[in-house]
Amino acid sequence: MSNNTRKYSLVEKYLPYILIAPALSYLLFFIGYPLTQGVLLAFTDQNGHFTLQHVYYLLYSPSSNFWPALEDTLALAAVIIPIQVMLALGFSLMLSANFKGKDMALYILIIPLTISDVAGGLIWYSMLASNGFFNKLFMTLGIINQPIQFFGWQFRPMEFIAIVLAEVWRATALVFVIIFAGLQMISKEYIEAAEVFGAGTWTKLRHIIFPMLKPSVQTALLIRTLFAFQVFGVVMVLAGRDIPVLAGEAYYEQTILYHYGVAALYALIIAAISIVIGYIYIKMFKAQYLREVSM
Amino acid sequence: MPGPGESAPIRYYLFKIVFAGIVILSCTWILLPIIISILYAFSTPQDFYNPKEVIPLHFTLSNIQKLLALGAARATMNSIIVAIMTVIFSFILGLPAGYAFARFAFKGKDSLKLLIIGLRMFPMLVIAIPLVTLYIRLGLNDTLLGVALAHTTMALPFVILITSSIFVSVPVELEEAGYVFGLDRKQTFFRITLPLSLPGLTAAAIFTFIMSWNEVFMAAVLTLTNRTLPAFILTSAMAAPDIIKFAASFIMILPALIFVFIARKYLVSMWGITVK
Repeated sequence: MSNNTRKYSLVEKYLPYILIAPALSYLLFFIGYPLTQGVLLAFTDQNGHFTLQHVYYLLYSPSSNFWPALEDTLALAAVIIPIQVMLALGFSLMLSANFKGKDMALYILIIPLTISDVAGGLIWYSMLASNGFFNKLFMTLGIINQPIQFFGWQFRPMEFIAIVLAEVWRATALVFVIIFAGLQMISKEYIEAAEVFGAGTWTKLRHIIFPMLKPSVQTALLIRTLFAFQVFGVVMVLAGRDIPVLAGEAYYEQTILYHYGVAALYALIIAAISIVIGYIYIKMFKAQYLREVSM
Repeated sequence: MPGPGESAPIRYYLFKIVFAGIVILSCTWILLPIIISILYAFSTPQDFYNPKEVIPLHFTLSNIQKLLALGAARATMNSIIVAIMTVIFSFILGLPAGYAFARFAFKGKDSLKLLIIGLRMFPMLVIAIPLVTLYIRLGLNDTLLGVALAHTTMALPFVILITSSIFVSVPVELEEAGYVFGLDRKQTFFRITLPLSLPGLTAAAIFTFIMSWNEVFMAAVLTLTNRTLPAFILTSAMAAPDIIKFAASFIMILPALIFVFIARKYLVSMWGITVK
Protein backbone atom coordinates (compact mmCIF):
# COMPACT_ATOMS: atom_id res chain seq x y z
CA MET A 1 0.00 0.00 0.00
CA SER A 2 2.61 2.51 1.08
CA ASN A 3 4.79 1.24 -1.73
CA ASN A 4 1.95 1.88 -4.11
CA THR A 5 1.39 5.48 -3.02
CA ARG A 6 5.09 6.19 -3.27
CA LYS A 7 5.12 4.85 -6.79
CA TYR A 8 2.07 6.95 -7.58
CA SER A 9 3.63 10.15 -6.26
CA LEU A 10 6.86 9.38 -8.07
CA VAL A 11 4.95 9.12 -11.34
CA GLU A 12 3.11 12.33 -10.46
CA LYS A 13 6.45 14.01 -9.80
CA TYR A 14 7.88 13.13 -13.19
CA LEU A 15 4.63 13.18 -15.12
CA PRO A 16 4.89 16.83 -16.28
CA TYR A 17 8.37 16.16 -17.68
CA ILE A 18 7.13 13.00 -19.39
CA LEU A 19 4.26 14.96 -20.92
CA ILE A 20 6.49 17.78 -22.15
CA ALA A 21 9.44 15.67 -23.34
CA PRO A 22 8.03 14.49 -26.72
CA ALA A 23 7.07 18.00 -27.84
CA LEU A 24 10.31 19.54 -26.63
CA SER A 25 12.47 16.81 -28.21
CA TYR A 26 10.63 17.26 -31.49
CA LEU A 27 11.16 21.02 -31.45
CA LEU A 28 14.80 20.79 -30.44
CA PHE A 29 15.49 18.24 -33.19
CA PHE A 30 13.63 20.08 -35.94
CA ILE A 31 15.23 23.40 -35.03
CA GLY A 32 18.59 22.24 -33.72
CA TYR A 33 19.41 19.85 -36.55
CA PRO A 34 18.63 22.29 -39.39
CA LEU A 35 20.58 25.06 -37.66
CA THR A 36 23.66 22.83 -37.27
CA GLN A 37 23.25 21.58 -40.82
CA GLY A 38 22.81 25.21 -41.93
CA VAL A 39 26.14 26.20 -40.40
CA LEU A 40 27.80 23.26 -42.18
CA LEU A 41 26.22 24.17 -45.51
CA ALA A 42 27.14 27.83 -45.16
CA PHE A 43 30.79 27.34 -44.19
CA THR A 44 31.97 24.21 -46.03
CA ASP A 45 32.52 23.35 -49.70
CA GLN A 46 31.47 20.13 -51.48
CA ASN A 47 34.44 18.26 -49.98
CA GLY A 48 33.54 19.25 -46.45
CA HIS A 49 36.40 21.71 -46.02
CA PHE A 50 35.94 25.01 -44.26
CA THR A 51 35.38 27.84 -46.69
CA LEU A 52 34.23 31.45 -46.72
CA GLN A 53 33.31 31.36 -50.42
CA HIS A 54 29.59 31.56 -49.68
CA VAL A 55 30.14 34.53 -47.40
CA TYR A 56 32.21 36.29 -50.09
CA TYR A 57 29.60 35.50 -52.71
CA LEU A 58 26.81 36.81 -50.49
CA LEU A 59 28.60 40.03 -49.57
CA TYR A 60 30.59 40.92 -52.69
CA SER A 61 29.43 39.01 -55.78
CA PRO A 62 27.71 41.24 -58.35
CA SER A 63 25.08 38.50 -58.82
CA SER A 64 24.28 38.49 -55.10
CA ASN A 65 21.36 40.65 -54.03
CA PHE A 66 22.17 40.66 -50.32
CA TRP A 67 22.65 44.40 -49.74
CA PRO A 68 19.62 45.51 -51.78
CA ALA A 69 17.59 42.77 -50.07
CA LEU A 70 18.66 43.91 -46.62
CA GLU A 71 17.94 47.52 -47.58
CA ASP A 72 14.47 46.77 -48.98
CA THR A 73 13.53 44.49 -46.08
CA LEU A 74 14.45 47.29 -43.66
CA ALA A 75 12.75 49.96 -45.82
CA LEU A 76 9.53 47.95 -45.97
CA ALA A 77 9.60 47.46 -42.19
CA ALA A 78 10.36 51.14 -41.58
CA VAL A 79 7.39 52.27 -43.68
CA ILE A 80 4.88 49.53 -42.81
CA ILE A 81 5.30 49.16 -39.05
CA PRO A 82 4.67 52.79 -37.99
CA ILE A 83 1.54 52.95 -40.18
CA GLN A 84 0.30 49.69 -38.67
CA VAL A 85 0.84 50.86 -35.10
CA MET A 86 -0.95 54.17 -35.71
CA LEU A 87 -3.84 52.43 -37.48
CA ALA A 88 -4.08 49.73 -34.80
CA LEU A 89 -4.13 52.39 -32.06
CA GLY A 90 -6.94 54.17 -33.91
CA PHE A 91 -8.95 50.95 -34.34
CA SER A 92 -8.44 50.06 -30.67
CA LEU A 93 -9.62 53.46 -29.41
CA MET A 94 -12.54 53.31 -31.82
CA LEU A 95 -13.62 49.90 -30.50
CA SER A 96 -13.19 50.90 -26.86
CA ALA A 97 -16.27 53.11 -27.32
CA ASN A 98 -19.72 51.57 -27.09
CA PHE A 99 -21.80 51.66 -30.23
CA LYS A 100 -24.26 49.57 -32.17
CA GLY A 101 -22.56 46.99 -34.35
CA LYS A 102 -19.36 47.07 -32.29
CA ASP A 103 -18.96 43.26 -32.29
CA MET A 104 -19.53 43.17 -36.03
CA ALA A 105 -16.85 45.83 -36.57
CA LEU A 106 -14.43 43.85 -34.37
CA TYR A 107 -14.98 40.68 -36.38
CA ILE A 108 -14.49 42.50 -39.65
CA LEU A 109 -11.26 44.13 -38.48
CA ILE A 110 -9.75 40.76 -37.48
CA ILE A 111 -10.65 38.90 -40.70
CA PRO A 112 -7.14 39.52 -42.17
CA LEU A 113 -5.59 37.56 -39.25
CA THR A 114 -6.43 34.36 -41.11
CA ILE A 115 -5.56 35.53 -44.62
CA SER A 116 -2.17 34.40 -45.92
CA ASP A 117 0.42 36.77 -47.31
CA VAL A 118 0.11 35.16 -50.75
CA ALA A 119 -3.67 35.67 -50.78
CA GLY A 120 -3.27 39.20 -49.38
CA GLY A 121 -0.91 40.02 -52.23
CA LEU A 122 -3.31 38.60 -54.82
CA ILE A 123 -6.24 40.50 -53.29
CA TRP A 124 -4.35 43.78 -53.62
CA TYR A 125 -3.31 42.83 -57.11
CA SER A 126 -7.02 42.73 -57.96
CA MET A 127 -7.33 46.29 -56.60
CA LEU A 128 -4.26 47.78 -58.28
CA ALA A 129 -3.75 45.89 -61.58
CA SER A 130 -4.15 47.93 -64.75
CA ASN A 131 -7.58 46.29 -65.15
CA GLY A 132 -8.05 46.33 -61.39
CA PHE A 133 -10.71 48.04 -59.29
CA PHE A 134 -9.05 51.40 -58.64
CA ASN A 135 -7.88 52.00 -62.19
CA LYS A 136 -11.29 51.13 -63.65
CA LEU A 137 -13.07 53.20 -61.01
CA PHE A 138 -10.93 56.31 -61.49
CA MET A 139 -11.07 56.00 -65.28
CA THR A 140 -14.85 55.65 -65.23
CA LEU A 141 -15.08 58.68 -62.95
CA GLY A 142 -12.84 60.58 -65.34
CA ILE A 143 -10.15 61.27 -62.72
CA ILE A 144 -7.47 59.60 -64.86
CA ASN A 145 -7.24 58.87 -68.59
CA GLN A 146 -4.60 56.16 -68.48
CA PRO A 147 -4.40 53.33 -65.94
CA ILE A 148 -1.80 53.94 -63.25
CA GLN A 149 0.78 51.14 -63.56
CA PHE A 150 1.76 49.47 -60.31
CA PHE A 151 3.54 46.37 -61.57
CA GLY A 152 6.70 45.71 -63.54
CA TRP A 153 10.42 46.43 -63.19
CA GLN A 154 10.15 50.03 -64.45
CA PHE A 155 7.47 50.77 -61.82
CA ARG A 156 9.40 49.55 -58.80
CA PRO A 157 8.46 52.50 -56.52
CA MET A 158 4.80 51.70 -57.26
CA GLU A 159 5.42 48.03 -56.49
CA PHE A 160 6.85 49.12 -53.16
CA ILE A 161 3.65 51.09 -52.49
CA ALA A 162 1.53 48.06 -53.48
CA ILE A 163 3.43 45.86 -50.99
CA VAL A 164 3.00 48.49 -48.27
CA LEU A 165 -0.77 48.69 -48.94
CA ALA A 166 -1.17 44.90 -48.94
CA GLU A 167 0.84 44.44 -45.74
CA VAL A 168 -0.84 47.32 -43.92
CA TRP A 169 -4.19 45.87 -44.96
CA ARG A 170 -3.35 42.29 -43.96
CA ALA A 171 -1.04 42.45 -40.96
CA THR A 172 -2.42 45.46 -39.07
CA ALA A 173 -4.95 43.06 -37.53
CA LEU A 174 -2.14 41.36 -35.59
CA VAL A 175 -0.90 44.66 -34.14
CA PHE A 176 -4.52 45.60 -33.46
CA VAL A 177 -5.39 42.51 -31.36
CA ILE A 178 -2.29 42.99 -29.20
CA ILE A 179 -2.99 46.68 -28.57
CA PHE A 180 -6.73 46.12 -28.19
CA ALA A 181 -6.10 43.41 -25.58
CA GLY A 182 -3.79 45.82 -23.75
CA LEU A 183 -6.37 48.59 -23.86
CA GLN A 184 -9.02 46.35 -22.34
CA MET A 185 -6.73 45.50 -19.44
CA ILE A 186 -6.49 49.16 -18.36
CA SER A 187 -8.66 49.48 -15.28
CA LYS A 188 -11.71 51.70 -15.70
CA GLU A 189 -10.96 53.14 -12.25
CA TYR A 190 -7.95 55.08 -13.48
CA ILE A 191 -9.99 56.68 -16.21
CA GLU A 192 -12.88 57.42 -13.88
CA ALA A 193 -10.49 58.95 -11.35
CA ALA A 194 -9.12 61.20 -14.07
CA GLU A 195 -12.65 62.20 -15.04
CA VAL A 196 -13.42 63.12 -11.42
CA PHE A 197 -10.50 65.55 -11.58
CA GLY A 198 -11.90 67.00 -14.77
CA ALA A 199 -9.58 65.44 -17.34
CA GLY A 200 -10.70 65.86 -20.93
CA THR A 201 -10.41 63.26 -23.68
CA TRP A 202 -6.95 64.36 -24.77
CA THR A 203 -5.61 64.52 -21.20
CA LYS A 204 -6.92 60.99 -20.54
CA LEU A 205 -5.25 59.73 -23.70
CA ARG A 206 -1.98 61.54 -23.11
CA HIS A 207 -1.51 60.86 -19.41
CA ILE A 208 -3.31 57.56 -18.74
CA ILE A 209 -4.11 55.48 -21.81
CA PHE A 210 -0.91 55.97 -23.82
CA PRO A 211 1.51 55.37 -20.91
CA MET A 212 -0.41 52.26 -19.82
CA LEU A 213 -0.50 50.94 -23.37
CA LYS A 214 3.27 51.17 -23.69
CA PRO A 215 3.96 47.47 -22.95
CA SER A 216 1.39 46.32 -25.52
CA VAL A 217 2.75 48.69 -28.13
CA GLN A 218 6.30 47.46 -27.44
CA THR A 219 5.18 43.84 -27.77
CA ALA A 220 3.39 44.60 -31.02
CA LEU A 221 6.42 46.48 -32.35
CA LEU A 222 8.82 43.63 -31.59
CA ILE A 223 6.58 40.92 -33.02
CA ARG A 224 5.94 42.93 -36.16
CA THR A 225 9.69 43.53 -36.50
CA LEU A 226 10.31 39.78 -36.21
CA PHE A 227 7.77 39.07 -38.94
CA ALA A 228 9.17 41.87 -41.10
CA PHE A 229 12.41 39.91 -41.53
CA GLN A 230 10.41 36.92 -42.80
CA VAL A 231 8.41 38.88 -45.39
CA PHE A 232 8.17 36.69 -48.48
CA GLY A 233 4.84 35.67 -50.07
CA VAL A 234 3.36 39.11 -50.55
CA VAL A 235 6.57 40.43 -52.10
CA MET A 236 6.91 37.45 -54.45
CA VAL A 237 3.31 37.86 -55.61
CA LEU A 238 3.38 41.63 -56.15
CA ALA A 239 6.97 42.33 -57.17
CA GLY A 240 8.83 39.07 -57.71
CA ARG A 241 12.54 39.88 -57.42
CA ASP A 242 12.08 43.55 -58.44
CA ILE A 243 11.97 44.34 -54.73
CA PRO A 244 14.47 41.87 -53.24
CA VAL A 245 13.95 40.78 -49.62
CA LEU A 246 16.03 38.46 -47.43
CA ALA A 247 13.65 35.46 -47.44
CA GLY A 248 13.01 35.92 -51.15
CA GLU A 249 16.75 35.84 -51.91
CA ALA A 250 17.12 32.72 -49.75
CA TYR A 251 14.36 31.08 -51.79
CA TYR A 252 15.90 32.21 -55.08
CA GLU A 253 19.43 31.04 -54.25
CA GLN A 254 18.05 27.69 -53.04
CA THR A 255 15.48 26.77 -55.67
CA ILE A 256 16.65 28.58 -58.83
CA LEU A 257 20.45 28.79 -58.52
CA TYR A 258 20.96 25.74 -56.25
CA HIS A 259 23.44 27.74 -54.13
CA TYR A 260 22.61 25.71 -51.02
CA GLY A 261 25.45 27.25 -49.02
CA VAL A 262 24.37 30.81 -49.80
CA ALA A 263 20.71 29.98 -49.10
CA ALA A 264 21.72 28.45 -45.76
CA LEU A 265 23.68 31.61 -44.99
CA TYR A 266 20.54 33.71 -45.61
CA ALA A 267 18.61 31.37 -43.31
CA LEU A 268 21.24 31.81 -40.59
CA ILE A 269 21.20 35.59 -40.99
CA ILE A 270 17.40 35.75 -40.65
CA ALA A 271 17.59 33.42 -37.64
CA ALA A 272 20.37 35.48 -36.01
CA ILE A 273 18.53 38.78 -36.47
CA SER A 274 15.36 37.22 -35.01
CA ILE A 275 17.18 35.68 -32.05
CA VAL A 276 18.68 39.08 -31.18
CA ILE A 277 15.27 40.77 -31.40
CA GLY A 278 13.64 37.92 -29.46
CA TYR A 279 16.34 38.10 -26.79
CA ILE A 280 15.65 41.80 -26.28
CA TYR A 281 11.95 40.97 -26.02
CA ILE A 282 12.43 38.24 -23.40
CA LYS A 283 14.83 40.46 -21.40
CA MET A 284 12.36 43.33 -21.43
CA PHE A 285 9.30 41.32 -20.54
CA LYS A 286 10.54 38.39 -18.47
CA ALA A 287 9.93 40.11 -15.16
CA GLN A 288 6.48 41.24 -16.19
CA TYR A 289 5.59 37.81 -17.56
CA LEU A 290 6.67 35.98 -14.42
CA ARG A 291 4.63 38.35 -12.27
CA GLU A 292 1.56 37.50 -14.32
CA VAL A 293 2.19 33.77 -14.02
CA SER A 294 2.54 33.88 -10.26
CA MET A 295 -0.71 35.78 -9.90
CA MET B 1 -17.65 58.81 -25.30
CA PRO B 2 -19.40 62.01 -24.26
CA GLY B 3 -22.99 61.59 -23.12
CA PRO B 4 -25.79 63.48 -24.80
CA GLY B 5 -24.87 67.00 -23.76
CA GLU B 6 -28.00 69.10 -23.50
CA SER B 7 -26.06 72.29 -24.02
CA ALA B 8 -24.56 71.19 -27.31
CA PRO B 9 -26.83 68.68 -29.06
CA ILE B 10 -25.58 69.66 -32.50
CA ARG B 11 -22.00 69.01 -31.54
CA TYR B 12 -23.04 65.67 -30.10
CA TYR B 13 -24.81 64.56 -33.26
CA LEU B 14 -21.97 65.82 -35.41
CA PHE B 15 -19.58 63.74 -33.33
CA LYS B 16 -21.84 60.71 -33.72
CA ILE B 17 -21.95 61.11 -37.50
CA VAL B 18 -18.18 61.51 -37.81
CA PHE B 19 -17.64 58.51 -35.54
CA ALA B 20 -20.03 56.34 -37.56
CA GLY B 21 -18.24 57.48 -40.70
CA ILE B 22 -14.88 56.38 -39.31
CA VAL B 23 -16.30 52.96 -38.32
CA ILE B 24 -17.82 52.44 -41.76
CA LEU B 25 -14.61 53.57 -43.46
CA SER B 26 -12.51 51.15 -41.37
CA CYS B 27 -14.79 48.21 -42.17
CA THR B 28 -14.86 49.16 -45.86
CA TRP B 29 -11.06 49.27 -45.91
CA ILE B 30 -11.00 45.61 -44.84
CA LEU B 31 -14.04 44.29 -46.70
CA LEU B 32 -13.83 46.06 -50.07
CA PRO B 33 -10.63 44.34 -51.33
CA ILE B 34 -12.00 40.92 -50.29
CA ILE B 35 -15.33 41.52 -52.04
CA ILE B 36 -13.69 42.91 -55.18
CA SER B 37 -11.21 40.03 -55.47
CA ILE B 38 -14.05 37.49 -55.06
CA LEU B 39 -16.20 39.26 -57.68
CA TYR B 40 -13.26 39.33 -60.10
CA ALA B 41 -12.56 35.64 -59.45
CA PHE B 42 -16.02 34.86 -60.84
CA SER B 43 -16.12 37.59 -63.47
CA THR B 44 -16.28 36.76 -67.18
CA PRO B 45 -13.12 37.80 -69.08
CA GLN B 46 -15.24 40.24 -71.14
CA ASP B 47 -16.35 42.06 -67.98
CA PHE B 48 -12.91 42.03 -66.39
CA TYR B 49 -11.11 43.41 -69.46
CA ASN B 50 -13.80 46.00 -70.13
CA PRO B 51 -12.47 49.22 -68.55
CA LYS B 52 -16.03 50.52 -68.08
CA GLU B 53 -17.18 47.58 -65.93
CA VAL B 54 -15.84 48.57 -62.51
CA ILE B 55 -18.10 45.99 -60.84
CA PRO B 56 -18.51 42.91 -63.04
CA LEU B 57 -22.11 41.99 -63.85
CA HIS B 58 -21.65 38.64 -65.59
CA PHE B 59 -20.32 35.71 -63.66
CA THR B 60 -18.84 32.36 -64.55
CA LEU B 61 -17.20 29.36 -62.93
CA SER B 62 -14.74 28.97 -65.79
CA ASN B 63 -11.89 30.84 -64.00
CA ILE B 64 -12.03 28.42 -61.08
CA GLN B 65 -12.36 25.45 -63.47
CA LYS B 66 -9.36 26.56 -65.53
CA LEU B 67 -7.29 27.07 -62.39
CA LEU B 68 -8.23 23.62 -61.06
CA ALA B 69 -7.34 22.08 -64.44
CA LEU B 70 -3.93 23.81 -64.33
CA GLY B 71 -3.04 21.73 -61.27
CA ALA B 72 -4.72 23.63 -58.44
CA ALA B 73 -7.12 20.77 -57.77
CA ARG B 74 -4.24 18.51 -56.81
CA ALA B 75 -2.45 21.31 -54.97
CA THR B 76 -5.61 22.02 -52.95
CA MET B 77 -5.89 18.34 -52.06
CA ASN B 78 -2.20 18.34 -51.06
CA SER B 79 -2.73 21.40 -48.87
CA ILE B 80 -5.67 19.75 -47.12
CA ILE B 81 -3.67 16.54 -46.50
CA VAL B 82 -0.64 18.47 -45.18
CA ALA B 83 -2.82 20.63 -42.94
CA ILE B 84 -4.67 17.64 -41.47
CA MET B 85 -1.38 15.82 -40.80
CA THR B 86 -0.02 18.98 -39.17
CA VAL B 87 -3.06 19.26 -36.89
CA ILE B 88 -2.79 15.58 -35.87
CA PHE B 89 1.00 15.64 -35.24
CA SER B 90 1.03 18.94 -33.39
CA PHE B 91 -1.91 17.98 -31.18
CA ILE B 92 -0.52 14.52 -30.32
CA LEU B 93 2.76 16.19 -29.30
CA GLY B 94 1.42 19.50 -27.99
CA LEU B 95 -1.70 18.58 -26.03
CA PRO B 96 0.13 16.62 -23.26
CA ALA B 97 2.67 19.43 -22.90
CA GLY B 98 -0.12 22.02 -22.73
CA TYR B 99 -1.84 19.98 -20.02
CA ALA B 100 1.42 19.71 -18.06
CA PHE B 101 1.89 23.49 -18.13
CA ALA B 102 -1.73 24.03 -17.10
CA ARG B 103 -2.10 21.57 -14.24
CA PHE B 104 1.30 20.88 -12.68
CA ALA B 105 3.72 22.87 -10.58
CA PHE B 106 7.22 21.63 -11.28
CA LYS B 107 10.82 22.73 -11.21
CA GLY B 108 11.85 24.67 -14.29
CA LYS B 109 8.28 25.34 -15.42
CA ASP B 110 8.79 29.06 -15.98
CA SER B 111 12.02 28.59 -17.92
CA LEU B 112 10.45 25.86 -20.08
CA LYS B 113 7.43 28.04 -20.79
CA LEU B 114 9.69 30.96 -21.71
CA LEU B 115 11.60 28.62 -24.02
CA ILE B 116 8.35 27.66 -25.77
CA ILE B 117 7.37 31.33 -26.08
CA GLY B 118 10.82 32.03 -27.51
CA LEU B 119 10.47 29.17 -30.01
CA ARG B 120 7.04 30.51 -30.97
CA MET B 121 8.85 33.60 -32.22
CA PHE B 122 11.64 31.74 -33.98
CA PRO B 123 11.47 32.30 -37.75
CA MET B 124 10.62 28.70 -38.62
CA LEU B 125 10.91 29.29 -42.36
CA VAL B 126 14.71 29.21 -42.02
CA ILE B 127 14.70 25.51 -41.07
CA ALA B 128 13.32 24.58 -44.51
CA ILE B 129 16.57 25.24 -46.38
CA PRO B 130 18.89 22.98 -44.36
CA LEU B 131 16.07 20.41 -43.97
CA VAL B 132 16.26 19.71 -47.72
CA THR B 133 19.57 17.83 -47.33
CA LEU B 134 18.19 15.74 -44.46
CA TYR B 135 14.99 15.05 -46.38
CA ILE B 136 16.88 13.90 -49.47
CA ARG B 137 18.76 11.42 -47.31
CA LEU B 138 15.55 10.19 -45.64
CA GLY B 139 13.50 10.12 -48.86
CA LEU B 140 11.22 12.82 -47.48
CA ASN B 141 12.06 15.49 -50.04
CA ASP B 142 9.09 16.52 -52.18
CA THR B 143 6.70 14.54 -49.97
CA LEU B 144 3.61 15.80 -48.17
CA LEU B 145 4.79 14.10 -44.97
CA GLY B 146 8.00 16.15 -45.13
CA VAL B 147 6.08 19.42 -45.41
CA ALA B 148 3.73 18.35 -42.60
CA LEU B 149 6.69 17.59 -40.31
CA ALA B 150 8.11 21.07 -40.98
CA HIS B 151 4.69 22.67 -40.46
CA THR B 152 4.36 20.76 -37.18
CA THR B 153 7.55 22.47 -35.97
CA MET B 154 5.94 25.82 -36.77
CA ALA B 155 2.58 24.97 -35.17
CA LEU B 156 3.78 23.09 -32.07
CA PRO B 157 4.73 26.04 -29.82
CA PHE B 158 1.40 27.66 -30.65
CA VAL B 159 -0.52 24.45 -29.85
CA ILE B 160 1.30 24.02 -26.51
CA LEU B 161 0.59 27.60 -25.41
CA ILE B 162 -3.01 27.65 -26.58
CA THR B 163 -4.00 24.24 -25.18
CA SER B 164 -2.35 25.16 -21.90
CA SER B 165 -4.46 28.30 -21.62
CA ILE B 166 -7.60 26.36 -22.59
CA PHE B 167 -6.97 23.75 -19.85
CA VAL B 168 -6.26 26.52 -17.32
CA SER B 169 -9.71 27.93 -18.01
CA VAL B 170 -11.38 24.65 -16.93
CA PRO B 171 -12.28 25.12 -13.23
CA VAL B 172 -10.03 23.01 -10.98
CA GLU B 173 -13.04 22.42 -8.68
CA LEU B 174 -14.69 20.24 -11.32
CA GLU B 175 -11.57 18.09 -11.58
CA GLU B 176 -11.35 17.86 -7.79
CA ALA B 177 -14.96 16.67 -7.72
CA GLY B 178 -13.86 13.93 -10.11
CA TYR B 179 -11.07 12.87 -7.75
CA VAL B 180 -13.49 12.89 -4.80
CA PHE B 181 -15.73 10.47 -6.67
CA GLY B 182 -12.80 8.13 -7.17
CA LEU B 183 -11.60 8.94 -10.65
CA ASP B 184 -7.85 8.87 -11.24
CA ARG B 185 -6.01 11.54 -13.19
CA LYS B 186 -6.49 9.85 -16.55
CA GLN B 187 -10.21 9.30 -16.06
CA THR B 188 -10.64 12.85 -14.81
CA PHE B 189 -8.89 14.18 -17.88
CA PHE B 190 -10.94 12.17 -20.37
CA ARG B 191 -14.30 12.49 -18.61
CA ILE B 192 -14.15 16.06 -17.28
CA THR B 193 -11.27 18.21 -18.57
CA LEU B 194 -11.31 17.15 -22.21
CA PRO B 195 -15.07 17.44 -22.85
CA LEU B 196 -15.12 20.89 -21.23
CA SER B 197 -12.16 22.03 -23.34
CA LEU B 198 -13.52 20.69 -26.61
CA PRO B 199 -14.90 23.93 -28.10
CA GLY B 200 -11.63 25.78 -27.45
CA LEU B 201 -9.55 22.87 -28.71
CA THR B 202 -11.64 22.69 -31.88
CA ALA B 203 -11.01 26.39 -32.55
CA ALA B 204 -7.30 25.85 -31.91
CA ALA B 205 -7.28 22.88 -34.31
CA ILE B 206 -8.93 24.91 -37.07
CA PHE B 207 -6.46 27.70 -36.44
CA THR B 208 -3.56 25.22 -36.77
CA PHE B 209 -5.12 24.00 -40.01
CA ILE B 210 -5.19 27.58 -41.37
CA MET B 211 -1.58 28.15 -40.26
CA SER B 212 -0.42 25.18 -42.36
CA TRP B 213 -2.83 26.02 -45.20
CA ASN B 214 -1.34 29.54 -45.45
CA GLU B 215 2.36 28.67 -45.13
CA VAL B 216 4.25 29.18 -48.38
CA PHE B 217 8.02 29.39 -47.87
CA MET B 218 8.71 25.96 -46.40
CA ALA B 219 6.19 24.32 -48.74
CA ALA B 220 7.80 25.95 -51.79
CA VAL B 221 11.33 24.96 -50.71
CA LEU B 222 10.50 21.40 -49.66
CA THR B 223 8.39 20.37 -52.66
CA LEU B 224 8.93 20.21 -56.39
CA THR B 225 6.04 18.23 -57.87
CA ASN B 226 3.85 17.75 -54.80
CA ARG B 227 3.09 21.46 -54.39
CA THR B 228 0.69 22.70 -51.76
CA LEU B 229 -1.73 25.40 -52.92
CA PRO B 230 0.29 28.51 -51.91
CA ALA B 231 3.48 26.96 -53.31
CA PHE B 232 1.61 26.12 -56.51
CA ILE B 233 0.34 29.69 -56.80
CA LEU B 234 3.82 31.09 -56.28
CA THR B 235 5.53 28.82 -58.80
CA SER B 236 2.86 28.16 -61.45
CA ALA B 237 -0.25 30.30 -61.15
CA MET B 238 1.69 33.60 -61.28
CA ALA B 239 2.23 33.02 -65.02
CA ALA B 240 -1.52 32.60 -65.63
CA PRO B 241 -3.89 35.41 -66.71
CA ASP B 242 -5.07 37.83 -64.01
CA ILE B 243 -8.56 36.41 -63.47
CA ILE B 244 -7.06 32.96 -62.92
CA LYS B 245 -4.90 34.51 -60.18
CA PHE B 246 -8.00 35.97 -58.54
CA ALA B 247 -9.60 32.53 -58.66
CA ALA B 248 -6.50 31.24 -56.84
CA SER B 249 -6.80 33.90 -54.14
CA PHE B 250 -10.47 32.97 -53.71
CA ILE B 251 -9.62 29.31 -53.02
CA MET B 252 -6.84 30.44 -50.65
CA ILE B 253 -9.08 32.68 -48.51
CA LEU B 254 -12.17 30.43 -48.50
CA PRO B 255 -11.25 28.30 -45.44
CA ALA B 256 -10.00 31.42 -43.66
CA LEU B 257 -13.31 33.22 -44.13
CA ILE B 258 -15.29 30.19 -42.98
CA PHE B 259 -13.03 29.91 -39.95
CA VAL B 260 -13.42 33.56 -38.95
CA PHE B 261 -17.16 33.06 -39.06
CA ILE B 262 -17.14 29.87 -36.95
CA ALA B 263 -14.45 30.76 -34.44
CA ARG B 264 -14.71 34.56 -34.27
CA LYS B 265 -15.36 34.31 -30.52
CA TYR B 266 -11.95 32.73 -29.97
CA LEU B 267 -9.88 34.65 -32.46
CA VAL B 268 -8.89 37.69 -30.40
CA SER B 269 -8.12 35.75 -27.24
CA MET B 270 -6.15 33.15 -29.17
CA TRP B 271 -3.83 35.70 -30.71
CA GLY B 272 -3.70 37.63 -27.47
CA ILE B 273 -2.35 34.54 -25.74
CA THR B 274 0.07 33.29 -28.33
CA VAL B 275 1.77 36.57 -28.96
CA LYS B 276 2.20 37.46 -25.30
